[in-house]
Amino acid sequence: MKAKFLIPLALFGILVVFLAVGLRLDPHEVPSPLINKPAPAFKVTQLEQPELQFSPEDLKGKVWLFNVWASWCVACRQEHPVLMEFARLQVAPLVGLDYKDQRKDAFGVLRRSGNPYDIIAFDGDGRVGIDYGVYGVPESYVIDKAGVIRYKHIGPITTEALQKTIIPLINELKKS
Amino acid sequence: MTPELGHFALILALCVSLVQGILPIFGAQYGRREWIVLARPAAQVVFLLMAASFVALAWSFYLNDFSVQYVAEHSNAQLPTLYRFGAVWGGHEGSLLLWVFMLSSWTVAVAQFSRTLDETMVARVIGVLGLVTSGLLLFVLFTSNPFNRLLPAAENGRDLNPLLQDPGLVFHPPMLYMGYVGFAVAFAFAIAALLSGRLDAAWARWSRPWTTAAWVFLTLGIALGSWWAYYELGWGGWWFWDPVENASFMPWLLGTALLHSLAVTEKRGSFKSWTVLLAIGAFSLSLLGTFLVRSGVLTSVHAFATDPRRGIFILVLLLLVVGSSLALFAWRAPKVALGGSFALVSRESLLLTGNVLLVVACASVLLGTLYPLIIDALKLGKISVGPPYFNAVFVPIMAPVLFLMAAVPLARWKNADAKDIALRMWIPGGLALLAGILVPRFMGGWMAMTALGVALSVWIAASGVIQIARRLKSGVPPASFWGMHLGHFGIAVFVFGVTMVGSYQEEQDVRMEPGDTVLVGGYQFKMIGVKDEPGPNYSASRGEFEVTPAGGGAVNLLYPEKRNYFSSTMPMTEAAIDAGFTRDVYVSLGEPLEGKAWAVRVYFKPFVDWIWGGCLIMALGGLFAVSDRRYRLRVKSGAADAGAGALKVATP
Repeated sequence: MKAKFLIPLALFGILVVFLAVGLRLDPHEVPSPLINKPAPAFKVTQLEQPELQFSPEDLKGKVWLFNVWASWCVACRQEHPVLMEFARLQVAPLVGLDYKDQRKDAFGVLRRSGNPYDIIAFDGDGRVGIDYGVYGVPESYVIDKAGVIRYKHIGPITTEALQKTIIPLINELKKS
Repeated sequence: MTPELGHFALILALCVSLVQGILPIFGAQYGRREWIVLARPAAQVVFLLMAASFVALAWSFYLNDFSVQYVAEHSNAQLPTLYRFGAVWGGHEGSLLLWVFMLSSWTVAVAQFSRTLDETMVARVIGVLGLVTSGLLLFVLFTSNPFNRLLPAAENGRDLNPLLQDPGLVFHPPMLYMGYVGFAVAFAFAIAALLSGRLDAAWARWSRPWTTAAWVFLTLGIALGSWWAYYELGWGGWWFWDPVENASFMPWLLGTALLHSLAVTEKRGSFKSWTVLLAIGAFSLSLLGTFLVRSGVLTSVHAFATDPRRGIFILVLLLLVVGSSLALFAWRAPKVALGGSFALVSRESLLLTGNVLLVVACASVLLGTLYPLIIDALKLGKISVGPPYFNAVFVPIMAPVLFLMAAVPLARWKNADAKDIALRMWIPGGLALLAGILVPRFMGGWMAMTALGVALSVWIAASGVIQIARRLKSGVPPASFWGMHLGHFGIAVFVFGVTMVGSYQEEQDVRMEPGDTVLVGGYQFKMIGVKDEPGPNYSASRGEFEVTPAGGGAVNLLYPEKRNYFSSTMPMTEAAIDAGFTRDVYVSLGEPLEGKAWAVRVYFKPFVDWIWGGCLIMALGGLFAVSDRRYRLRVKSGAADAGAGALKVATP
């Protein structure tokens, strides 16, 4: 048996090992070191009114949802109707972070599909995103009255996640 | 009662497929004729049982029997009848049932149309297919039974995912699966050849039409999926490099390589072990695609519910099927005699180069698709790989393939004269150069990549025309000749479409009120208004737009819709498209804004339909190739007088 004819089998073996390991992993689940830590502070301009600024300090005393999005992010379009629903329910302030984006493009998206956000912070060069450990957009954080991150959701928020996890958590945090 | 009959038929099919898989292979190995002859009837019985089972599920959908869990999850009392049939394969369980049903259809077709083939060879082929069938049937019965009852029955069904309620998507999965599963036949031929040790021209000729037929279905399936994404998702894109798309594209790339490699093996007896490896690879990637899609190891816009048991089951199945065939390959392939030798410049060497490039392209897509999983498994973090990677890697690999494919048919077998090829290619070369310089200028802006795309597509098309003209001088060519050139011409059309859309599409997102106009791509769009329209299981807002060419001309009305399905919170976009030979004009409704205003997306897509037109032409080429007389006229060695005579006429 010549060794070179075993190469395909060997490659396949390696592939199977990775697939087997991959099966145990949940591609949606990512631990965040920021859970139960104070939300990193920042001060950036707002998207729609560049003359105004936004800082997490402004919302001290309130429970709020912080959603990282961008006009170039396809999954954000999938998430968008869910955020619109969240905004309609008026559970808590919804703050957007427009991540590594152009203002013009972001305006386009908001104009075309509607704006669910109460405030949008503009993070054109992605510095705020680095502090929050953003590596995939969209990501969302629930931040409590003391400014502590209590929950992080990776990927588009689904209706189910919104109804079963995020809204109940916000309501509970509001009581405390 | 009907679902139980379907379930029962499925269990019987498993039993018979085990017979079909085990006895003929042993019979062929030990020369026991009474076992060999079992292959055909067993395949026929499995097919009938699978058909019965499939009909049972379809009937449950037709009756909207909500006591069947799968029906309750994927249908609804208001769901129109057509989509109730589409819903049969609208979920995991049903689509797997379709997979196995198609496998049994291919098997019975092999049993039916291979009467002229060697009996033991057919027994081995059917046997291998039987083993694959039984593996998948075990998977269906143990982890994904579509006939499970839901007691007490649901009052109404949850309805089919609205994204799937579309004629394009009713036909997309069957086409795609026909292609995927069709590679099982090429795979079975390869395994049978390895088992028998007879890797010769006859084997290649037998598997060629089957491989081509599978490739035709896969081409059409992928094209339908892409077309559906284009008009249904409302983003105007036609390919997203999504893991699920890649899962269908990888077998296509290897299948294309296999088609060409089989041609060499048939004509020259070379590349034997390479061809076998490609046949195993194409089907393995079909199985891998099933694994990736069904196990949920990757995230994708095609969100499927996942169940870890299913992932493990398919992985084991993958391990058994692919592992054992690659082991068989490592054991038997070294004994295969080498084929004829060939020079550095010859049709063989050019085909081999193209083949290797296709495999590399496929490997790069595989790497990009699995990279997030590998990085995650190594605990190096979580990443996603998107279109920038695929475009950057895929295009440079495919450009030389496109360049080569025009010249290959000119090269002689064994030893070709490079100078001679160059001499005959100067007309297409000149035309390509000219088109590359002029067409982008005419279209409004010269860009290097655009020029390259245009030049390559003209290069392929023009050399095809010249080769056909030359060939016609020596009489009417056989169907396979037309097939090849049609296939290549389809690629040229496809490349032209992709280049034009990529370079010159125009897009505008605007806020529009009734009466507003916007100018995009030389067309003026006027919004007339948006009205509410009820549908069978949804309510819709239907917009009306007047489209006029800027220079004046016929007014066209377009009606894009925004649908709210009662069963889902997610609104669906139905884009309105005025399709044309040289451009599509595309309007889709975004969100309602204040008052009567709407966010509206308007696209101008030059030559976009050439993308799918090119795929259709490719598939047509495949059909021509399959219909070539020589596949049908070959009679068993010996009594081949009539056949050989006809063959002489067909291929002068």
